[in-house]
Amino acid sequence: MAEPTSTPAAPETLLASPDMPTQRQINEEIAELHAAADAREAAGETVLKTLYDFKPYRSSILRHPTKNPRLVDPETIELWSPAFGQRDVAMIESDLTLQHSGEPLGERITVTGRVLDSWGRPIRNQLIEIWQANSAGRYIHQRDQHPAPLDPNFTGAGRTITNDNGEYFFTTIKPGPYPWKNHINAWRPAHIHFSIFGTGFTQRIITQMYFPGDPLFALDPIYNTIRSQKDRDRLIATYDHDLTVPEFSMGYRWDIVVDGPDATWFEPEGAH
Amino acid sequence: MTTDTRARRIEAAGQPTHEATAGQTIGPFFAFGLKYDKMHEVVFPHSQGAIVLSGTIYDGAGQPIPDACIEIWGADTDGSISRNRGARRRDDHTFTGFGRSFTTDEGAYDFWTRNPGPVDGKAPFFAAIVYARGLPHKLHTRIYLPEYTELLEQDPFLASLTPEERATLIATRTPEGDLVHDIYLQGEKETVFIAF
Repeated sequence: MAEPTSTPAAPETLLASPDMPTQRQINEEIAELHAAADAREAAGETVLKTLYDFKPYRSSILRHPTKNPRLVDPETIELWSPAFGQRDVAMIESDLTLQHSGEPLGERITVTGRVLDSWGRPIRNQLIEIWQANSAGRYIHQRDQHPAPLDPNFTGAGRTITNDNGEYFFTTIKPGPYPWKNHINAWRPAHIHFSIFGTGFTQRIITQMYFPGDPLFALDPIYNTIRSQKDRDRLIATYDHDLTVPEFSMGYRWDIVVDGPDATWFEPEGAH
Repeated sequence: MTTDTRARRIEAAGQPTHEATAGQTIGPFFAFGLKYDKMHEVVFPHSQGAIVLSGTIYDGAGQPIPDACIEIWGADTDGSISRNRGARRRDDHTFTGFGRSFTTDEGAYDFWTRNPGPVDGKAPFFAAIVYARGLPHKLHTRIYLPEYTELLEQDPFLASLTPEERATLIATRTPEGDLVHDIYLQGEKETVFIAF
């Protein structure tokens, strides 16, 4: 193993490999890996929804475990989650258009939905954290080198707590697609990053929400780390005209289902 | 330890009706979205019982990962599991059990926390989740305390691992009483990750 150095790895925007693959090559790799995952599943193997070993996403090559995670029974602390409440978040943090003195540029949107468990039960008092690029596809992060303008009136980070019906509401700006140096002419579909906890730590999830009809879906290695079309479709919000506010904002709906909880799976006494 | 147990549990609660949302990478630019004040201070620094839990996160080439995020969630020293709110807005005295740390340019993370005590007579550990640019989905692991040798030996999950694998889950105690624990996403010393 090489001696660790203190050279920091650059984020995707700064990485231009000398032998950058073409989009066609990436598409072929994606198709092969999806087919291989389907075959493993058909052979009776339990295959996770998200593939860790996914070469088309080049920076995953040295960062994925080579062994399958060990299946364990969650115990003690893992059956619980940190408790969050209104105290942790200010109301205004759910409106990303109000964080500066002026109005951000772009298409104003509202994103709403529910956080549910595996039985469709709403989960209240859930902390949701989101972050995104601005309408030009630029992140405020200092290492983002995409030559699109920053918006002095938009940061792109928000948070909220779900209400008693498990609902969340965000007002923001529709993010733009975003170029990166994974391969030649690589673009990420517009997306908003979501972070959710759940009632047990096993349910913790960080994922990305996408917008309907994006022509970049089939071309994006990150979106396609999710191996099945059904699971990929579940990451796409629905345009909902009833949520659209006349002369103000476009409405999108997206529910998040967290896996479990295991805490309700206690076996009945003596059942075996 | 087996899928059979999980299947029995599902049977007890009924089949799930909703398919879980799939996870995605945290990406390169998570810092401005997930950062908050004192996020790595599970307890107030230097308060009674406070220790530092620190380490480095490495990739498969043995290089430190400068854009990873690690979260820990643990019981208090008396084995109680905190139900206190406020992990995101610290008041400097409430123990919430949760902390978040972003790795430095040298791949290092650190937390101020307390030693968890045994819960239900089990070997105590911090539940930990690692995220990183280039890592397509979260990785769960455990960080066990090196003491409690008897409980560690009795633990059926740890017993199912080779000694080398077991060692990737047990932190090292420093002479000062702190904990050091490195995490390897890939390679010879690959950390044991878990799924439920």
